[in-house]
Amino acid sequence: MSRDNALVTAEWVEDNLDNDDIVLVEVDEDTTAYDKGHIKGAIKLDWTTDLQDQVRRDFVNKEQFEALLSAKGISNDDTVVLYGGNNNWFAAYAYWYFKLYGHQNLKLLDGGRKKWELDSRELVADVPERAQTSYTAQDQDTSIRAFRDETVAAIGVKNLVDVRSPDEYAGRLLAPAHLPQEQAQRAGHIPTAANVPWSKAANDDGTFRSDDELKQIYTEAGVDWSKDTIAYCRIGERSSHTWFVFHELLDEPNVKNYDGSWTEYGSLVGVPVVLGDERGEA
Amino acid sequence: MCGAIQGGLSLDGVNVAKEAIIQGQVYRADDSGTHWPVENAYVRLLDRTGEFTAEVPTNENGHFRFFAGNGEWTLRTLAPRAEAVDKLVTAQVGTVAEVAIAV
Repeated sequence: MSRDNALVTAEWVEDNLDNDDIVLVEVDEDTTAYDKGHIKGAIKLDWTTDLQDQVRRDFVNKEQFEALLSAKGISNDDTVVLYGGNNNWFAAYAYWYFKLYGHQNLKLLDGGRKKWELDSRELVADVPERAQTSYTAQDQDTSIRAFRDETVAAIGVKNLVDVRSPDEYAGRLLAPAHLPQEQAQRAGHIPTAANVPWSKAANDDGTFRSDDELKQIYTEAGVDWSKDTIAYCRIGERSSHTWFVFHELLDEPNVKNYDGSWTEYGSLVGVPVVLGDERGEA
Repeated sequence: MCGAIQGGLSLDGVNVAKEAIIQGQVYRADDSGTHWPVENAYVRLLDRTGEFTAEVPTNENGHFRFFAGNGEWTLRTLAPRAEAVDKLVTAQVGTVAEVAIAV
């Protein structure tokens, strides 16, 4: 994968609004954003209901994912272009999720909804109707998904990249600052994790920085490119953004997203936690 | 504080005593001095080192809100057809810092 294959510009999307082989999909943290207006022809995925098991903490299974995409009118051959608010946090999460279940033709709208809005491009209220399909998913590709035991074992061994804000990393905040701070879990970070906030990878308008800039940012933060990498945040959406940078833009093959992230790790009994701005020891 | 409204943004359901709230409104002033709320501006919260901490779009009334920590923060506002605007604000747990931002 590379930037040319994985990213499209707002201009490209505008030029392809009537292309039947392309399905625009909006995924937002604020699940009502789509309802207030969206890019023409776009369908909505609700990350809280469509993409999460409603009983256990886990993703929907393969059959449920197949049923979801079939009902949404997405075919295996379609090119899915994802976009959303919050600088594409949840669009990147959905991108990684679609990859997890083996969808081949995926792209992310560079800058997402914010760039589209700041450009004063058109948003519409009409909800498109798409004919039901018969979508076939693959088994989860766990080469891009990390679980807790693997993450604990990676301390001092692999690159751990904590992409939350410095105050969350240090334990001064428990959640992104647009959310209430009351949480059950402990504050802090995983020992040896480098703190490279996801936002380092983005320009103010939400578009990604150049490959050279990205490589420099992570190199200066101490990422060892000879090692495997696990990215994490609070619930796995911001780290999907960073996974996208590593895996899709910089072509780094051995990169996983730990979607359990801090809400899981910070609630585990007995695991090591570091408070403050330093990485800490293994 | 429950149920109180400051700056037009309801604090219903918000535990103000445990949060360091920064909230306010983004607006444009016309030639007569009338303030018009700016919907879908993007307000980002930068920490004391200038690092991004969070970002929210303004609602239909131009309102935004953050749950910060004690200390000094910068609000950077991006809006269509406007230059970015930076504004310093101090937050403290148990208080609501109200900020009006002209773009």
